[in-house]
Amino acid sequence: MAATIPLIKQVTLPDLKGKVDPDWCPGCGDFGVLAAFQKALVDLQIQPHNVVTISGIGCSSNLPGYVSTYGMHTLHGRALAVATGVKLANHELTVCVTGGDGDGFGIGGNHFIHTMRRNVDLLYLAMDNQIYGLTTGQTSPTSRLGMKTKSAPYGNVEPPINPIALAIAAGCTFVARGFSGEQRHLTDLIKEGLRHKGFAFIDVFSPCVTYNHDNTYPWFKQRVKKLEDDPSYDSSSFAMAMEQSQVWGEVIPIGKFFHKTGQPSLEECEPVLDEGGPLALRDLRVPADAAKEFIEELM
Amino acid sequence: MKHTFAVSIGGAAGQGVATPGNIFARIFARRGLHLNAYNAYQSIIRGGHTFLTIRTGPEPVTSFGDKIDLLIPLNQDTMDRHLGLLGPGAAVVYNGDSVKPGAAAEGVQLCPLPVSELTHNSRNKVEQNTLAVGAALSMMGIGFQPLADVLTHQFKKKGESVVTENVEVARSAYDYATRHFQPFARPLPMRETRTAVLTGNMALAMGGAAAGVKFYCAYPMSPSTGVLHWMAAHARKAGIMVRQVEDEIGVINMAIGAAHSGVRAMCATSGGGFALMTEGLGMSAMIETPVVVIDVQRAGPSTGVPTKTEQGDLWQMLGAGHGDYPRAIAAPTDILDCFKIIPEMHNIADRFQCPGIVLTDLLLSEGTGSVDPADLDFNPEIDRGELITSSTNGANGYKRYLFTESGVSPRAIPGVPGHAHTAATDDHMEDGVLISDEFTNPVKRREMMEKRQRKVAGIEAAVKPPVLIGPADADVTLIGWGSTDGVIQEAREILAEEGITANQLQIRWIVPLHGDAIMEIVNRSRHTILIENNYSGQFARYLRSETSFVPNGHIRKYDGEPFMPHHIVDAVKEQLAGKVTMSVPMHEIMV
Repeated sequence: MAATIPLIKQVTLPDLKGKVDPDWCPGCGDFGVLAAFQKALVDLQIQPHNVVTISGIGCSSNLPGYVSTYGMHTLHGRALAVATGVKLANHELTVCVTGGDGDGFGIGGNHFIHTMRRNVDLLYLAMDNQIYGLTTGQTSPTSRLGMKTKSAPYGNVEPPINPIALAIAAGCTFVARGFSGEQRHLTDLIKEGLRHKGFAFIDVFSPCVTYNHDNTYPWFKQRVKKLEDDPSYDSSSFAMAMEQSQVWGEVIPIGKFFHKTGQPSLEECEPVLDEGGPLALRDLRVPADAAKEFIEELM
Repeated sequence: MKHTFAVSIGGAAGQGVATPGNIFARIFARRGLHLNAYNAYQSIIRGGHTFLTIRTGPEPVTSFGDKIDLLIPLNQDTMDRHLGLLGPGAAVVYNGDSVKPGAAAEGVQLCPLPVSELTHNSRNKVEQNTLAVGAALSMMGIGFQPLADVLTHQFKKKGESVVTENVEVARSAYDYATRHFQPFARPLPMRETRTAVLTGNMALAMGGAAAGVKFYCAYPMSPSTGVLHWMAAHARKAGIMVRQVEDEIGVINMAIGAAHSGVRAMCATSGGGFALMTEGLGMSAMIETPVVVIDVQRAGPSTGVPTKTEQGDLWQMLGAGHGDYPRAIAAPTDILDCFKIIPEMHNIADRFQCPGIVLTDLLLSEGTGSVDPADLDFNPEIDRGELITSSTNGANGYKRYLFTESGVSPRAIPGVPGHAHTAATDDHMEDGVLISDEFTNPVKRREMMEKRQRKVAGIEAAVKPPVLIGPADADVTLIGWGSTDGVIQEAREILAEEGITANQLQIRWIVPLHGDAIMEIVNRSRHTILIENNYSGQFARYLRSETSFVPNGHIRKYDGEPFMPHHIVDAVKEQLAGKVTMSVPMHEIMV
């Protein structure tokens, strides 16, 4: 099969370039996330046609159009539900989800919790800029208290969500935080997330240079501190992860907060997938003996 | 008049109405009899009033009918509500120790069972149900062995002692009835074949398996949950991935995701859940990934009456989702059709890469009926349309949304080399690149809209137009859609006996509608009456919007209960007499 198609042997960065260039604002943090994502796929030599990049709606959700993998640019907040379906129907694909904080933690909050609890084998890159960008600057679920936005001109009075603590509590088996301004570190996190069998969540600080004047590159650069730099930090410890998830101030930890190995992913728990390969490639017909049995039950 | 026999069992929820119902159904089916059953119940797990009617006969039984031949009240409440509706020749079998009969019509046989005497020191509070079945079978002229066989089948999982106990109890009641009660005048015959008995929801689920559905997901919602239950119970044998999802928004999006990977995916819900799915339905249309959604209508609006039936979601289906897009909507007409419509709808959805909606209601989905097992064909035609699942040719310049005459573009599934593309809910160009944002292009937008809408003509050509059933030169044409098929058929039979000829136009495909074919039929009709189970005449309004046709009269019902044949018969007679053009029959029984 496929003899006439020269399969890409060696994946290089130009192979991963999409049909169009990003239309993000110059300086947008999302460029760094895209670059790190492409670099991670190259480093791991994953063939682009075996990857599906799935997003919701928002600035960062335009990302699938900027890579050469299969892509889906779905509905606002629904990427994780769509991605679960894609993965379950063909579990041999590498399925990556991207989107923003409003998409993932606001309108998509319910799917976020339940996809983590199910431990579906997905990589989820939340590009967190603490603002609604594409709708021109309203408060998001991760906007800090007091932040002035178009929808909160006198300052936000609602405490923000803590995506890291939420993910750990919801049973996510790989929880990390990256920063678009720390390329190598972010690439390493993505690679580890891709290799993780189960749901890998990476909350990435991806500054909005147009609408968020509070949480800027310099603001983050002064504060971020890598968990990996602390030799006593144990990412297999739920208690340590929860404790670090609460740290927010002059120091903001980034890196791998929590990593639980050995828990089977949803696809591994499904007996229907035990043999026969991906559902999408199977014969549609019900086995004749099964069909006969189904009818006999009615008699 | 067709030979039928209706047995009704009533009691509080939790008293075990279902078990004797299943026993009767299985005995009838094993004797090759047809049956139709309807359970009137409430949204309550314990208490309240549940009333199950099973009607059987040697010929196909298309509705639960107008009259009860045998009443089995498991409590006083049921006796009080229903005894007055029994006519001459009918009988009531009840626990003489705890239930007292009221005033019965002349010719109604009262059959009290001395339950404590027959069961001795029974530990089992539902044994009165088994006793009633035993007595009933004696009176119906059915020997004891069929009951012993079914009881053994029914209770074998609970162990031999439970089987023996139930068979003995049933035998004592059977013998008691033989000695003390009059048998029914016309014993039920036996046919050579056996029928298969199933609910509409089971038929929909089995239709999915036959269609090659490999991914089914749902959020529980009455009255659609039966589809999930069948799917979950048979998933492994059928090789179907079944998932219960956090909400119906997740359901539709997960189903579309799975379909995008290349499986046939399906989900079912009721109106409230469907409301949550509508944005997803638009995504299916926009990214051109097929999905099949079943909507089982219940009485609305909002939570409505969750355990009651209605045909009130039609306009919700027609208008579901924002924007203009092609869709297909079908309303199966009986339980066998629930099985058959699913593969048909998957073929349409696959060929035209659009959402397909199957519209049933509580009456059809939770109703039980008999079918010829040979009609449950697990090898139906499967047409997946233009689907690329492997790369055998050069894919230079593959365009997922290629402009074609049919509007259908070859669809490559993820994993196929050389065909990678992004499927976007933003409108896009042929190669998938977005039209919106900086690339906004009115020429391309128009071309892409026209490409998608070209599928409408293809769908219309792929589906058969409706046909007229019954004598061409009839006094009246009765028009219905979906689940009312059976009751309208029976009403026509009764009208014929009374000298009124009626033919029937039953609409199965809502979209496409085939307005021209419909007009050709109704233009030849002497008198037209449109029958539907809702308040505002949703189908009548849709038909008028598509064809300008207005029928001579309407029969509507929106009290939560389905039509009974006499409701239609009486309304047709009053309309043909020129008394009214709108009839709203009253449901006489408080169930």
